[in-house]
Amino acid sequence: MIELAEISKNFGRVQALHRVSLKVNPGSIHGIIGENGAGKSTLMKILTGFIRKSGGDFFFHSENIDLNSPKDAREIGIGMLYQEPLDFPQLSVLDNFMAGGTDFSPGNQRTILAKLCNNFSFNLNPENKVEELTIGERQQLELMRLIRDGAKILILDEPTSGISEKQQELLFNALRSLKDDGAAILLVSHKLEEIELLCDEVTVLRHGKIAGYQKCPFDREKMLHAMFDILPVSQPPAIKHIAGEPLLNFHKISSKTGRSGLNSVSTTIRSGEVVGLAGVDGSGQSVFLKSAFGLLQPDSGSISHLLEVKTRAFIPADRLAEGLIPGLTIREHHILSKESGPIITSKSGLAKTRDAIKTYSIKGTPETEIENLSGGNLQRLLLSLISADIQLILMENPTRGLDVQSAAWTWKHLHSRLGAEEAIIFASPDLEEIMEQSTRILVFYNGSITLDTQTKATDYQQLSRAVTGEDSQKQ
Amino acid sequence: MEISIPSLVAAILVMAAPLVLAALGETLTEKAGVVNLSLDGTILLGAMSGFVIASESQSALFGFIAAAATGATVGAVLAVIGVRLGQSQVAVGFALTFLCRDLAYFLGNPYARQQGPQLETLPIPILSKIPFLGEAFFSHSLIVYLSLLAIPGCYYFLYRTRQGLILRSAGENPDGCWARGINPLRVQIIYTILGSSLVGLAGGAFSLAVKPGWGHPQGCEGIGWIALALVIFGGWNPVRVAAGAYFFGLLQLLGIYFQDYFTTIPAQIFQVAPFPLMIFALILINLGHKSKDRKLTGWIKLLSGRPPKWLGKNYKQA
Amino acid sequence: MSIILQLRRIVMITVLALGAVSLLLILLGISPLTIGITLTKGSIFSWLKFNHVLTIWIPLLLCSCGLLFTFRAGLWNIGVEGQVICGAIGATLVLRLDNTGLPPAALLSFALFTSFLAGGLWGALAGLLKTRGGVNEIFGGLGLNFVAQGVVLWLILGPWKRAGMASMSGTDLFPRELWMWIPPGWRVAPAAIVLVVIVFLLTGMILNATRFGLKIKAAGFNPQAARLFGIRPDLVGFTAMSIGGGLAGLAGGVQVSCVYHRLIPSISSSYGYLALLVVMLAGYKVTPVPIICLLFACLAAGSIQLPITLQIDSSLSGVIQGALVLSGLLVYGLQQRKSRGH
Repeated sequence: MIELAEISKNFGRVQALHRVSLKVNPGSIHGIIGENGAGKSTLMKILTGFIRKSGGDFFFHSENIDLNSPKDAREIGIGMLYQEPLDFPQLSVLDNFMAGGTDFSPGNQRTILAKLCNNFSFNLNPENKVEELTIGERQQLELMRLIRDGAKILILDEPTSGISEKQQELLFNALRSLKDDGAAILLVSHKLEEIELLCDEVTVLRHGKIAGYQKCPFDREKMLHAMFDILPVSQPPAIKHIAGEPLLNFHKISSKTGRSGLNSVSTTIRSGEVVGLAGVDGSGQSVFLKSAFGLLQPDSGSISHLLEVKTRAFIPADRLAEGLIPGLTIREHHILSKESGPIITSKSGLAKTRDAIKTYSIKGTPETEIENLSGGNLQRLLLSLISADIQLILMENPTRGLDVQSAAWTWKHLHSRLGAEEAIIFASPDLEEIMEQSTRILVFYNGSITLDTQTKATDYQQLSRAVTGEDSQKQ
Repeated sequence: MEISIPSLVAAILVMAAPLVLAALGETLTEKAGVVNLSLDGTILLGAMSGFVIASESQSALFGFIAAAATGATVGAVLAVIGVRLGQSQVAVGFALTFLCRDLAYFLGNPYARQQGPQLETLPIPILSKIPFLGEAFFSHSLIVYLSLLAIPGCYYFLYRTRQGLILRSAGENPDGCWARGINPLRVQIIYTILGSSLVGLAGGAFSLAVKPGWGHPQGCEGIGWIALALVIFGGWNPVRVAAGAYFFGLLQLLGIYFQDYFTTIPAQIFQVAPFPLMIFALILINLGHKSKDRKLTGWIKLLSGRPPKWLGKNYKQA
Repeated sequence: MSIILQLRRIVMITVLALGAVSLLLILLGISPLTIGITLTKGSIFSWLKFNHVLTIWIPLLLCSCGLLFTFRAGLWNIGVEGQVICGAIGATLVLRLDNTGLPPAALLSFALFTSFLAGGLWGALAGLLKTRGGVNEIFGGLGLNFVAQGVVLWLILGPWKRAGMASMSGTDLFPRELWMWIPPGWRVAPAAIVLVVIVFLLTGMILNATRFGLKIKAAGFNPQAARLFGIRPDLVGFTAMSIGGGLAGLAGGVQVSCVYHRLIPSISSSYGYLALLVVMLAGYKVTPVPIICLLFACLAAGSIQLPITLQIDSSLSGVIQGALVLSGLLVYGLQQRKSRGH
């Protein structure tokens, strides 16, 4: 029904997709699986017309078509169910159902909605506000809207994250019945289990390229292999310091922030540790880090900081938007990060900034405004802002968007500054990075820590299973 | 002074007619996610152009057309700079407020204190003869009828039509609109212009009916800010917004009545008082809304609504 | 940004705004040249008229300095008018005190200090409504403007009314010895000029050369990230509102003690709103502010001649000011769009 032929996409110099080809046939479900950053979301945005491809062809019923806007995609019957539903929370269920449709007759649409609900055994009250619904119900509504609009090609992005088992069952039944009606379905997922349950074929993406393709029945080991691209054993870092004094103690912390929140998380971080937080994005790692720094207050439980605020540093994933202040210069950031007198002269912090620029090889002058720096330089700047008295470094995706050299440099630097008194906690969706850099690993799944292990004592198989929600019991 | 209920109601309806139009216009604009702060200036400019064109053409109708067109033009400027070019809508709105006000005084100067055409009262046959209701509701000028019709009209449009749904969805989640094949920027631009033309019309209602004539000051200064506050006060719901406008009309009328009764208090106080009263009613409601005391906020929550999610933000298409 | 680019931007804004206004004038059959000459003549061609320009420049610059603080903190302080009025009320309160036994100079200084406090409190109130009550600072400020306007009317027509008959023309004049010294042939108090220059230099210094100024900027640009640097954005915003209000209050104090020598209903003369336009046109930067204030003051002073000599309404100056700001926003918008590569 649709065919992608050697689709590529560049963002500047970064190649997000490289010659990706796949076919989706009517009456079948095609799974796409891959780690975060493998290019899945770029691929979907191209298919829905949100962004344009840089190269390759898109065929619809063997006709070469350009998708320039979401409107074009809609017109040929492509409908997408977003992970974070693109709906209108303050409007009613019925309004949401009608939005974007051509027929505006509430009575009529109410009947159609009721009929669709009945078909799929969904239970939605048309008068409720969408914000009162659960994620699963919002998905159901969106799915019905797409079907009402005559979508023949459905794309689903991580449809089961954050929904209950009952809802998952309803959704799967709906998908199967749609498939039997001849729809072509593209299912994007992290979870091997649901791929196995639903899909007829699966394509594995890795680093923007196709890393594997299988038809049902699937070989699970091969799939994991392709996803995580298991390299010849790379050694975890030698433990430099024996885990020493506790620096941070989480006692039954729960929070409702974020996609999955945190469910009664307890753990102790000791000095000398490099703790890697593994898991699918939004499984609770970020909430964990922000609570550890003090940016978020948990809903229940207690965190004992055995350190002063001054000795903690947090580097967020979105460095420019959350970690730095666009509009200020490199030197101004250095002044802010250190205690100093009330007056700032043209010399204030200059020597230190120059020093930092040199040691951290930041491409810029002290007066460069930081929004003009590239990703690697921003990360090095953030690292240079961590003063010597910092004991606990918290980082989200420390090497996201960095090229190989920058990433390697970052880690070399972090390890070299780690003394017996200090600890690093970082989150990364990249298992390789977790395995190579951390001395201890915590795996997050749906807001809980499902695996807490020394790096030495685990392997890729166990980790990738834990991350994808297989054997989520502690071993 | 004799006060009869029907005449009081009638006076409030007249007094509040321009305010209703302006506040409903702003409601449309804000529901689409755009904040237009230029109301106070736009009303004045509309009042001026309405009066000038009506005087020149000797036709109040042409005056109203001119007033609405003036409002639409101001809205278009905001739409280009504040929506299309992505500059701060607040900044553009402020600049426009003062530019329009001074432009109105400057261009209208030759017509100041002149006699001009005025909208006549058109009692509706038969209906106006109904006791009580006739005097209160059916013996007005066209613009008052229009303001009365605009309330259900606006409500119907927003909540009962496809275009109204598109408008609301653009103010709620532009990305969601875009995903459904609707260009949210276009929707925002259209309703910024349309809403502003109602604001311009409100100006015409002042200079051609409620406070006839033109001058420096015209007498409608400050109303734009009240209209802006009313939109929040009314929780972005046309019916409640209009109710707020009538409440303000009542405050203004009470001011006029009271200054005759309390001669010891300077009359100016009564003219100014409705403004802070109105704004503080709004602030109290807002504070009540935030407060954690459930009992106290029960009725207040009924009164207040939440702003459209995208209000005042600039949408950048991917 | 390079100086050439800045100059180009200034030229573009000026040409666009003046071009539009000239076109309007020509359509109305008025020669833009005549207007230009009248405005210039009315503002800088005589010592007396330039004095008048300065009497506008002083409060305008004070209000603008206050706004620089609040804009830097990312806040819209619309309550400047009310803060000016409160400052004026504070100063009047002190200057109306009987039998203080203080020398006039001390009383005048005390009056100015009180005006700073009064305006600062009014600004702090708007800041408090925002941080504690979640009231948008635009509507909080606006409401407080209306309240201040009501209070000043009530004072003038009530408790502080003129001996004999209450009048909209204001309170009784203060005793002569409580007038700020103005040299013969001048219309503006040298003390006020010194004050405003000091305030401006201090503003520039605090904003650009202190740790506190840097914190304000950080909190305004990115409150979320500022917290990672140990900054409390709400506290910084509240402080900025208080300082901004204080400087606006000082403007009110100057108006009372140096210009009118009494409290009048229109004591704020809309300088609060005009200052908003000044700072917006300055692109929220410190350096251009006194120059733009001077330009706006010249326009305002010069336009007084328009009705007298040309029978044109003096609001033309406001039209030019508004057109400048709007074309400024348009040019910023177009340049940003271009640099984004559309």
